[in-house]
Amino acid sequence: MIQLESLTVSYGSGAVRIDAARDVSIRVAEGEAFGLVGESGSGKSTVLRAIAGLIPEASGRIALAGETLGPKRTRALRKLVQMVFQDPYGSLHPEQTVDQILAEPVAIHRLGNADRRVAQALTEVGLGTEHRFRFPHQLSGGQRQRVAIARALILEPRILLLDEPTSALDVSVQAEILNLLTRLRRDHGLTMLMVSHDLAVIAHLCDQLAVMRGGEIVERTTADRLAVGETEHPYTAELLRSNEGFKRG
Amino acid sequence: MLTVRDLRVTFPTDRGEFVAVRDVSFSLGRERLGIVGESGSGKSTTGRAIMGLLPPAARVQAAELSLGKTDLRGLAPRDYRHLRGKRMAMVLQDPRYALNPSISVGRQIAETHRMHLHSTRKAARLAALEMLEAVQIRDPQRVYDLYPHEVSGGMGQRAMIAMMLIADPEILIADEPTSALDVTVQLQILTILDDLVRSRGMGLILISHNLHLVASFCDRVLVMYAGRVVENCPARELSEARHPYTRGLLAALPSLTHRRAELPQLRRDPAWLTDEVAGT
Repeated sequence: MIQLESLTVSYGSGAVRIDAARDVSIRVAEGEAFGLVGESGSGKSTVLRAIAGLIPEASGRIALAGETLGPKRTRALRKLVQMVFQDPYGSLHPEQTVDQILAEPVAIHRLGNADRRVAQALTEVGLGTEHRFRFPHQLSGGQRQRVAIARALILEPRILLLDEPTSALDVSVQAEILNLLTRLRRDHGLTMLMVSHDLAVIAHLCDQLAVMRGGEIVERTTADRLAVGETEHPYTAELLRSNEGFKRG
Repeated sequence: MLTVRDLRVTFPTDRGEFVAVRDVSFSLGRERLGIVGESGSGKSTTGRAIMGLLPPAARVQAAELSLGKTDLRGLAPRDYRHLRGKRMAMVLQDPRYALNPSISVGRQIAETHRMHLHSTRKAARLAALEMLEAVQIRDPQRVYDLYPHEVSGGMGQRAMIAMMLIADPEILIADEPTSALDVTVQLQILTILDDLVRSRGMGLILISHNLHLVASFCDRVLVMYAGRVVENCPARELSEARHPYTRGLLAALPSLTHRRAELPQLRRDPAWLTDEVAGT
């Protein structure tokens, strides 16, 4: 469903050239959830943004649903892939109601039936009609992230890109959002690509994952292998240790 | 060293008083005490109340709030200023906001030394360089002259710790000191903090939302919910916590070794707002 071949994103040239992502290749089958884990600057979000079409300078091949993407994307392609961002405080327009936020993509894509679609999307993410005419500041962090997910779902995409969807949320709210994503994937057969710095969150949702560092994939592994502490690259081992908390030397 | 008894912090709002912290009691010796809770639980407000850093509108009441023999209740702002840095210090989450952007890192550290120990410019500079070395900055001379925007998050936080410890305070309150940092850097910073606090015989309060981190780092843990302490237990016993809130939080954490199709969701019980505290 998602196919990346030698994706490279670089900024600057010559001595000041920085490769934000270098030679990244991944394949995600339909209905699968794939995780990219890494720290800040590892290039994991860059990969996601390139797939979403937010980085026109990306080189290499990106194919979604068998179709190689060019610099210009058709509306149908844009509808196919939707993204949920990390910060539900920053990604929702503060002066729009939930209703307006959700109706806008419907209008842009000329899907019609906005009223019914908005109501359905809200139900889907566990929000009710009482939330529909509120502004983002009248919602909790978890509710806002549900709105952001509803906004992505309303276009009935087949691919969902998730950029640290729970890292701004409390533990109890994180569990609710992760459960919601699990259910949506199961019910809609969605293909998901999730980025996070939290190994446990990635492994919870994704069976397959890749560890990134300095713009490159350093290890490909599975949640099952991590569960038994199997790693190849020393950096993955370090991430795994960090996940266990503090150890007094 | 620090005694807090029946601490209550309220903020005036349009709809009456909002109680941010209610009836919080604990004491701190030469140990590492963790305060965990979700956003809005009152953990940071508790730390700020002790430091005297709450906005003037906040009302702080306590049956007892003392550092050694000093009563902190109703302390004049001027006296608090002398206390902060000298006897109690605080490390905040993001060094980019906590450091002054227009003064070099080293000068800020030296300034703290001069202010509290009334040292000469030269002595303060030497002390600052020594302190930078103590927080394991490899090239203190060079880092001394860097501005906060020129250092990485991890290095900024080390500089912050250096600044907070230079006047040798009795207690240090660290409010999410590593949450803005990458996971692998987090542990380095905590190791530095741990070594310094232990070798200097200080008391440390670590405020964090990260249960695993607090349980593995601290000696004792307080769990806060809606302004109250609902659990008070030795850190190594946190996994056998009694309060349903603590148990719910622990269960809601995704685990690498124990994968579940669905995470148990926390059901908040209104009784948690009034119940007796477990473990006290």
